[in-house]
Parts: sequence; C-alpha cells; structure tokens
Amino acid sequence: MPLDDQDIAVRVEEILATHDGVEGPLLPILHAIQEAFGYVPRAALPQIAEGLNLSRAEVHGVMTFYHDFREDPAGRHVLKLCRAEACKSMGADRVAAHARGKLGIDWHETTRDGTVTLEPVFCLGLCACAPAAMIDGKVVGRIDEARVDALLTEVGK
Amino acid sequence: MRIYVPRDSAAKALGADDVAKAVQAEAARRGLDITLTRNGTRGMVWLEPLLEVQTEDGRRAFGPLTAADVPALFDAEFGDHPKALGLTDELPWMMGQTRLTFARVGVIDPLDLAEYEHHGGLAGLRKALAMTGEQIVTEVTESGLRGRGGAGFPTGIKWKTVAGAQAEQKYIVCNADEGDSATFADRMLMEGDPFTLIEGMVIAGLATGATKGYVYARSEYPDANAVFAEAIRVAREGGLLGTDILGSGKTFEMEIRIGAGAYVCGEETSLLNSLEGKRGVVRAKPPLPALEGFLGRPTVVNNVISLATVPVVMSHGATFYKDFGLGRSRGTIPLQIAGNVKHGGLYECAFGLSLGEIVEGIGGGTASGRPVKAVQVGGPLGAYFPPALFDTPFGYEEFAGADGLVGHAGLTIFDDTADMLEMARFAMEFCAIESCGKCTPCRIGAVRGVETLERIAGGDASAIPILTDLCNTMKFGSLCALGGFTPYPVMSALTHFPDEFTGTHQEAAE
Repeated sequence: MPLDDQDIAVRVEEILATHDGVEGPLLPILHAIQEAFGYVPRAALPQIAEGLNLSRAEVHGVMTFYHDFREDPAGRHVLKLCRAEACKSMGADRVAAHARGKLGIDWHETTRDGTVTLEPVFCLGLCACAPAAMIDGKVVGRIDEARVDALLTEVGK
Repeated sequence: MRIYVPRDSAAKALGADDVAKAVQAEAARRGLDITLTRNGTRGMVWLEPLLEVQTEDGRRAFGPLTAADVPALFDAEFGDHPKALGLTDELPWMMGQTRLTFARVGVIDPLDLAEYEHHGGLAGLRKALAMTGEQIVTEVTESGLRGRGGAGFPTGIKWKTVAGAQAEQKYIVCNADEGDSATFADRMLMEGDPFTLIEGMVIAGLATGATKGYVYARSEYPDANAVFAEAIRVAREGGLLGTDILGSGKTFEMEIRIGAGAYVCGEETSLLNSLEGKRGVVRAKPPLPALEGFLGRPTVVNNVISLATVPVVMSHGATFYKDFGLGRSRGTIPLQIAGNVKHGGLYECAFGLSLGEIVEGIGGGTASGRPVKAVQVGGPLGAYFPPALFDTPFGYEEFAGADGLVGHAGLTIFDDTADMLEMARFAMEFCAIESCGKCTPCRIGAVRGVETLERIAGGDASAIPILTDLCNTMKFGSLCALGGFTPYPVMSALTHFPDEFTGTHQEAAE
C-alpha cells in the first residue's frame, strides 16, 4: 500500500524525536527511516533537514553518498552477492553471471514482478567459505549456481 | 551435557542454525537434558558447522556437520562417529596457535559475563583501574602493540597524544568497518568474545580521559552487530559500563553505530565524518584525529583487534606480549586465511612465519587442489605475492620491503586459473566505485585505470607505461590509502605476471 506524504511525515517526526540529543544523528535517522519504509522517501529529506538544522542539499548529499540508502523500494527479497577478491578466487563472477542471467536483471535492478532485487556487496566477512551471499539478511556460504537456483525457488522466483 | 554449536556468521552460512535446531530436537525426542551453547567459532571454517561436546577429557569436536548427521551423533553418544575429530585443543590448527587476543573466541558463551570473567576476562581492566592513565599508556607503549587495522601506528603513542590533549570531552572510537576482502577477524571477535572489545575500550578511556566510546560497525555484518549491541547491554547491567565501572567511581559509556556500505569509511577521517552524520569524505591531516577528531574533540581511533588486545597486554604485562614477534612487529597477529584455500579460517600466531608456511603449511594449499598462483595480502589494497616471494616473513617492515603490506592480515589465495589482468582491472574498478571523490588522483585516476587496463586487455601493450605512470600519480598524490594503495594490487600483478599484460600468456590448461 503506497504511503502518502502525511503518513511519512508523521513517522519521520517520531523518528526525529527519538534521536533527540544523539551525537551525529543523521546516519541513525536515515537507517531508522529506511527500516520503517524500506527506502528513504524523498518527502522525508526536507523534514530531516529542518529537524537537524541542515540544508536539504546536505541531507541529500549524505543520503546519496552511502550505497545502503535507497531512493525507491527494493523488491520483496534482496539477494546480495559478494564481488570481492576472496569470493572471486572461488568463482563469484561465474555465480553472479548465472544469477543475473536467471533473473534477467543486472546489479541494483529488481525483477519486473518485484520479487527480487540483486545487489553487489563488497565483503560479508565470509571469505573462508567463499563465494558468499546474503538473502534478506541471512548469510549463505559456498554459494554456487545450484544454490542460487534453490534460494530463488525458495522466494518464489 | 553441554554441547556447543557456533553462532558465528561463517558457521551459520554453512548451516549451523540447522544443526543447532536438530540438536535441540534430538535431545528433546530422547528426553536428554542438554545445555546448548551458541559459541563463537574456533576459526576452522572448513570444519564448520563444528559441534563440540564437553567431556571429562576436554571438548570433543565433530565436523563439518549437517543436520542429518545429528541423530547418529546421539546414537554414538558423541563418541565414535565418522565426523569425530578428537579433542578440539589437540587439533593441529589449535595446537600451533598462540591465542592471546582470540583466547576466548569459540570457547565461551559470548554473552555470558560470568563465563568471560572465569576465563580471564576483566583482569586487565581491574589492573588498569588501580593505575594512573599515564601508567596504562606506558604499559601499552612498552608492549609494542601497533595498529592492527593496517597502518601499524604504535597504539601507545596515539593514546599519549589524546591523554595529553585538554578538552571537556574526549572519545574512543573503535574502527570496526572491516571492509577488506579476506578479513573477518573483527567480525569473529565481535561475535565470539565481544566483552574483550568493550573491556579494551574502557581501558583506553581510563588511559586517555575519554568517557564516551563509539564502535563504528558495518551494515554488512548484521549478526555481529546484534551480538555486540546485546553485549553492551549486558556489560552495562554488569557494571562494566556506566558511571561506576566495577565500583571504581570511574565513568565510561559506549554505543554501536552502523555504517551504510561505504568502504572508504574504514579510513579513520572518513569514519569520523560518517559518525558525525556527514558524507564519508576523507579529511586532510593535520589536524590529527587524536587532537581534533570526532566533533573536533580529541579522539582515539583504533581498530577492533588493537583494542581487543589491550586487556591481555594489561593482564599479562607489556613484557609478556612484547616477547612474541619479529623485529618491530611485536606480539601476535590473527591471520585470516581465505579464498581458494583448503584450510581457511583464523589463525593467531606470533609475527614472523613465512608467507609460504602460512599458505602451504597452515592453509594446506588451494581448495581446488591446483597450484597456488598468487596470494593477495592485506585486502583489496594489498599486493599480489607469487610463490617466488613465499619466503617473505610476516611482519610490517618485511612486507613493506617486498612492495606489499600486512594490512589487516587477510590473505586471499588464488589458484593457477586466476586472471591477474582481470584482478588488476577489478582493483581499479573497486577504487572507482568506492572513491569518496575528494582528491583527483583517486576519483579520476581509478576511472582512467579501468579504461587503461581494458585497453591492455584488448591487446594494446603500449598502454602499459601509461598505467605505470598513473599508478605512480595515484600512489603519491592521493589523500588516503584508497587511492594511494590501489596501485599495490595493480603494480604487483603487472610486476609478477607481466606475460598476462602483454598477451604472451597462455591460459592455464583446464
């Protein structure tokens, strides 16, 4: 159900209030907003700026600097595949090519039915059981093509 | 009966939660009274999920297990079983180590403060509470402990600068933004023995007069962050944090902050900007963070492993710690052996082993069974070492002398199918993606580096001198290690595997 700007404003106001007195509150606030909505709605930015006595440009600049913050909602499931060296040494490129082919999307994209978003990640700290992946926050080690297929089947893709 | 199944992310990634569930279910089905402890990992990742059972002789290990193995383990009464490995402490991987920083990881319940104390925890803090700040700083300085994040700066010297600075508020900031591929020591410690890090930060606070600490952690490590946040809560309840630390009347408070997927925030000044809620852009130094750090106030910024090593330095004394190691690299280093390796995991030992001993001896060679082609030491900004350099001893100066770096002590092993030109291109691509954009050599250089390497890959060997020149500019002209060290993997790949850049290279036979 899409949220209207009024719903967003109410929730953002609550989040701003709970971060009152925090030193360097902007990242925790953006995380809390993304947690609440699944992304950082554009409508929230001026409100954050006013709450923290920053310019809109500053808040926009911070939000867009970090890979984690989304301007739009992700798919219902997020599959992250590690692209870093240790995973590459164990065939991560091959596995990633398989996942992209199977889903018909590239990095950072969401399947047309909104089921899966595919994200690259640089290191999950699972380098001794590479290649590594994460699906909806759950870690997966020694992933291969068959395991990708199984994970995608589990989430209905 | 006490049974241990790790809660460490690597164990979970290999099915530890399913094994733990199966153990609970099987015990219930048989009406057996068991205590299931979700410990950290022993670091033998190739044996995960590794189940241990407490016996009169010590802990017996079984692994790698699947949930389907569990009923047979109960049938065998945790004795003779195809997955039985013997006593954990007598496994070669464990016996060869000197576990100081990681002494309790995998041994105790990470969130049980009483068990932590029973295994030597808080001894360092108790000693520190009886000392002056100056005495603590001296002890840490004399131990020879250097920054384990990669820069290798003497920890005691940094503390001394902060201790000497006058300010109403000072901070201890723990850099837990462990973004380097092949490194997982910080994660393993935060998941397996979080109180050690908390204790180290409290001691740092006592030494420098800082009363507030932040741990800047990664969003890519949700499991570690959950354990650590809970550990802070338990520590506060147990009087380890707050306004009366262990009844001393001294104050230290701390909280965990989560980054947002920017690799460059592992650089200390980017980290401070990020912690302040700004873009994670690098700051020029000076001013040093020790004098003008978080919110412009004196700040210690130390890596997880540096801080987590402080308690053992304090409890056993500077001399004990200093007696391990080689040259100016004192103490122990948690090697993280990763990538295409037979026996991957964390191995803590004194500095000084040769690279070959680590890769072939401890790691057992490649997982694929093929010959080792190269080892990248120190993460994505570290150099590729060919087997010809395997006699290099593991130490800060020794690696610098071989045009490489120790970094956070992660090693990625590659077999002979690795494409070194592609690895060089990837290093530049990674730098381009992660550059904060502040300085030109990094922001533009990385993009040009990708283009130049693609030209070389297309057969244009005349671009090689351009690449060399570009690397030189990035190395000496960048503001921080991201742009400044990206030339290490690129140039080492070019130096040690020149054939692959000139098109004369034959693909390894499949």
